[in-house]
Amino acid sequence: MATTSATGTEFSGETAALLAEGEGLPPGIGPWALAWRRLRRNKTALAFGGLFILIVVVCLLAPVYSHAIAHIGPADETYLSKPFNVKTQEFAVSPTGIPIGPTWHSRFFLGADANGRDVAVRLLYGGRNSLEIGFVATMITMVLALILGVWSGYFRGISDGVINRFLDIIWAYPAVLLGVTLGTVLAVGGIGPLHGTALLVPAIVIGIVYIPYVAKPVRGQVLTLREREFVDAARQQGLSHARIMFSEILPNLASTIIVFFPLILANAILLEAALTYLGAGVQPPNASWGTMISDGISTIPAAFHNVLVPGIMLVLCVLSINVFGDGLRDALDPRAKVRIAH
Amino acid sequence: MTRFIIRRLLAMILVMFVISLLTFLLFEAIPNGDPALRLAGRSATALEIQEIRHKYGFDQPIYVQYGRTMKNIFTGQAYSYTQGFNVLDEIRSGLPATLSLAFGAGIIWLLTSIVVGTLAAIKAGRYTDRVLTVLAMIGVSFPPFFLGAVLIYFLGYKANIFPLGGYVKLTANPVQWFTHLVLPWFTLSVLFIGFYSRVLRSTILDTINEDYVRTAKAKGLSERQVLIRHILRNSLIPIISLWGLDIAQVIGGGAILTESVYNLHGVGQLAAESIGKLDIIPILVITMLTAFAVVFLAAVIDILYAFLDPRIRLAA
Repeated sequence: MATTSATGTEFSGETAALLAEGEGLPPGIGPWALAWRRLRRNKTALAFGGLFILIVVVCLLAPVYSHAIAHIGPADETYLSKPFNVKTQEFAVSPTGIPIGPTWHSRFFLGADANGRDVAVRLLYGGRNSLEIGFVATMITMVLALILGVWSGYFRGISDGVINRFLDIIWAYPAVLLGVTLGTVLAVGGIGPLHGTALLVPAIVIGIVYIPYVAKPVRGQVLTLREREFVDAARQQGLSHARIMFSEILPNLASTIIVFFPLILANAILLEAALTYLGAGVQPPNASWGTMISDGISTIPAAFHNVLVPGIMLVLCVLSINVFGDGLRDALDPRAKVRIAH
Repeated sequence: MTRFIIRRLLAMILVMFVISLLTFLLFEAIPNGDPALRLAGRSATALEIQEIRHKYGFDQPIYVQYGRTMKNIFTGQAYSYTQGFNVLDEIRSGLPATLSLAFGAGIIWLLTSIVVGTLAAIKAGRYTDRVLTVLAMIGVSFPPFFLGAVLIYFLGYKANIFPLGGYVKLTANPVQWFTHLVLPWFTLSVLFIGFYSRVLRSTILDTINEDYVRTAKAKGLSERQVLIRHILRNSLIPIISLWGLDIAQVIGGGAILTESVYNLHGVGQLAAESIGKLDIIPILVITMLTAFAVVFLAAVIDILYAFLDPRIRLAA
């Protein structure tokens, strides 16, 4: 982690100097080790980072919970007509149509939804989908934004002008409005061989929406990096453009990428829920936290736990990413050079 | 100055043109989004569909269709294909709700985040700062529709303090107007307060170390005067510019989630409903309206900048 090659990862000499000042550090400590020291001291960020990992692990264990503890699948509606608990004669959904609230039994631990499905099981399966979409969308944003940002910043000229205009136009749309429009169109038509209800469709839509928010700062950084001495030296050694971009420019963008990753991830998970709420995200039969909240809103006021349970999970997940990401930024970029406009 | 304004206007027209073209083509690309089929209904014969296609001009080349659509929009003759209403009239009737929401919430989130951000910066690193940081983080982590649902349930159904949604005209009943908007204002503001207060906190912390702040302190000005006249005056610039652009987006349908969950029947909700029905004309008009509002307010902000910061005025 803490390696600094001659050409490689020095993310800001100024930053390192600032950090080293008066902290009684051993001489010659690398910027990554410095960042790690700062992050380790930030107990709040670490705690929330741990919470996020916990949420991810629990969601990945959804099938285990479903088979071994609840004994009910995420889409099972089998307990609608007969009581699920013979002793107490409890119904998942009462004859008047009101779903049962949290029971604290292994089945229907967090209650049932209007279709008699187990909320806890759906919460974990839905979480898997929400997190999956978030991660895939963030990867799409990061990869495309890096390609566009590095390309336009490095070569400048006409391609820079075209890419920049393109980013400006995506930017001028409100994020949710663009996401909903794209999402609806693609949910109806699908993308090539991809069916419109596939989970990948909202992930691609969200990935596209956030490209300018990363590509623009990356481009700005590349514009200054390309004028630095080590890039000059590489050029005079006769290295190819591709080689310079990969081994000279890219390592210097590492801290920017690390800072942006949690920010985009948190926003991608939120946007997934928003698009789904508006009917342009995850399509049935798939579940996500977004589908659960929007299904639950239609059952207000009879069964409010249908909104509260997935909503709290969503907020906890996004909050943990945000707090950890904030700590990460403080550690890597204490002078806050990287700032995201939402 | 004249050259600046002309360049600004040209850029605005270009952005609007490209946005309208892209939105138009996006909806053309839907395989089964053919508006003729939707207009004709389920039991239409092939001949009837052909007639409708001809009547509305769907059989003409795409650039002709695009040109006619734009002409209709600018002459106020744009009618929704599937919902039948005049789009501009519909937007006009949604605008009071959206404007009430946007400016009410805008004032709340601007003032609150100035107070919160300043407080966090003054107390940087201390207990108050940490609490405010966590609160700001919670604010940006709450999806508006979830927050809205929670508030409607607890303060609407349970406590019966606020109405369950809907919009009452200011001219019809000012008190009802206010009570119907309190929760939407709060819901919309929370996210922005979280974000703005963080931005303001870091700009203030940057400004505090500037030479002119030290000079002002050395001259013997009171802490309060230094804070208000020297630090805040400079730190507010990025906040004000963000504010203008965000207000523009909110007016142009950006508050789509808040409007939907509170059933305000504003521009955002109109967009949401039209998207659900794959109705291209209202979405075209609303996205163009947003782009227009964003670019227009960006110009207003530039003038405000010059007013707030003499350095900009002198440079120009």
